[in-house]
Amino acid sequence: MNNSYNSVMQRKNEIMQKSVGINYQTHEKNYINFDYEALLHEGDFSLEQIKNIQNNNGVGSTPLKECKNITQLARKVSKPGYGARIFIKDESLNDSGSFKARRASISCYQAKKMGFKGVIAATSGNYGAAVASQAAKYGLKCIIVQECYDSKGIGQPEIIEKARACEAYGAEVVQLSVGPELFYKFLLLLEETGYFNASLYTPYGIMGIETLGQEIIEDCLRITGNVPDMVVCTNAGGGNLTGTARGIKKTTNEPVTIVGASVNLKGLHMANDIDFNKKSFTTGHTGFGLPFIINPDRSDVPRSAARPLRYIDRYVTVNQGEVFFITEALAVLEGIERGPAGNTSLAAAFSLAQELKENQIIVVQETEYTSAGKHHQAQLAFARDNGIDIYFGDPQEEVPGKTIVFPSSVDMIKAIDIDLDTIRKKYLQNQFLKTNKLSKQDLLYLIQETNTSEEFVLNEIRKYKINVEDDYE
Amino acid sequence: MIKKGSWVQIRKIILNPNERASNLPETTKKVPLLLWVKGTLTKDSSIGDTVEIETVTGRIESGELISVNPCFLHTYGNYIPELHEIDRILKETLYGCDKNE
Repeated sequence: MNNSYNSVMQRKNEIMQKSVGINYQTHEKNYINFDYEALLHEGDFSLEQIKNIQNNNGVGSTPLKECKNITQLARKVSKPGYGARIFIKDESLNDSGSFKARRASISCYQAKKMGFKGVIAATSGNYGAAVASQAAKYGLKCIIVQECYDSKGIGQPEIIEKARACEAYGAEVVQLSVGPELFYKFLLLLEETGYFNASLYTPYGIMGIETLGQEIIEDCLRITGNVPDMVVCTNAGGGNLTGTARGIKKTTNEPVTIVGASVNLKGLHMANDIDFNKKSFTTGHTGFGLPFIINPDRSDVPRSAARPLRYIDRYVTVNQGEVFFITEALAVLEGIERGPAGNTSLAAAFSLAQELKENQIIVVQETEYTSAGKHHQAQLAFARDNGIDIYFGDPQEEVPGKTIVFPSSVDMIKAIDIDLDTIRKKYLQNQFLKTNKLSKQDLLYLIQETNTSEEFVLNEIRKYKINVEDDYE
Repeated sequence: MIKKGSWVQIRKIILNPNERASNLPETTKKVPLLLWVKGTLTKDSSIGDTVEIETVTGRIESGELISVNPCFLHTYGNYIPELHEIDRILKETLYGCDKNE
């Protein structure tokens, strides 16, 4: 068998098919669309079943906590009568310490059910520990493949902590230096072991998060008597937001604004060996968030179940300094010590709450555990050691890779909107590259994919001289 | 001499620079893609030898032996004094001059 980079990449679809147990072809339609809902029914799980699987495996039913002091802090800098109540869904309390356990629980359940001997996941983040933890429960072998070190062998402390956690749960950890060819090694491992690909982008992973959306609504109703006005989800690959939004929509018909939040890492290249250790966040940032929302099918599987553009109402960014600042606030004002990456949405919510009235409710959809390597003190120390300049000022001045700017006053924390229409147009542009004609079904699909209207999509179609069947103008 | 059955870490080159993907930044393209993995040594060896290990899932991997009983040394890092200033800003904004009263 030829194991060169190009040969293995050519076998990608065949390897993926065997390791995920889903025949993606069966959902494809003419010319560019596919049946998304049918894909999400692979495995045939109801929300009730997912809830049971999770509750039996240390996942779910996490507390929704009101951050009364942080809410008061926001009200100090809001207009009179403004400053919504800020709640956090304490997902760090899932086994393995993050909401990723919800995804892993269903992936591992499915792997066991389909008779696989083990599971593999390619992730440098919390998902690795989540898969390792769930694999342990099911008696499955587990390999986690991480991008951990730069070419000098210097590891991001947060990722080293994840390796420690994965090993603690009994998994094999394969660590690589920087580069997208991690995927090549990942494919080789799948071929060698015949294990299940616990990809973040399969339907199992997304369905696992729907219970989080459901719980947010149920918890909020029970505690406050109302559904939340806004739910903020950290956004990278898109699964988090997709699953949460779907769960919310399955639980209530009342309008809930879904906001995606990412750390702004503008200017840093994700595959650059030097940039790798210049960032303080390994996920939940624009380096993944933007490419994946524009082109969801860039993931390891032919069709990603994570399709945030279908559900997102607003997409905002915050800076590294703002997230570290709010992480410290959560500890000293609320007595809750959590990892910084899991507070990306809290930083955004602090700003967004000021736009809402006092009687409104904003829910931050996650938290993550903290530890050596992950702690904001550790991340800041690593940044400083790598030559990053850390100071107080206007966070909008932050230059990722060069500076981390804490706000000199709390009113400087600002969630900055990314124009979603620009994203939608870029998404459509990518789709039009695939074809010069569209079916009526394609048109409906594109309207759903972009969460827009016939007028919006047709307007874009006109710019690219694409023919739409059935005599649409 | 490190005995067979010892818990060790190896490092190996997965792809040489000329074998890497084509669309990479320069800084990444000119260095090899490296792999690190831990397992038990299949025979007595010395640091620097090319060895075979058995990983916890039972796979055999080979590479350069770089460490025995590899441990985790990541910490909470060197002290960051700015965190105290953040605390001061937070408490002053929230409580004013009365601190926690």
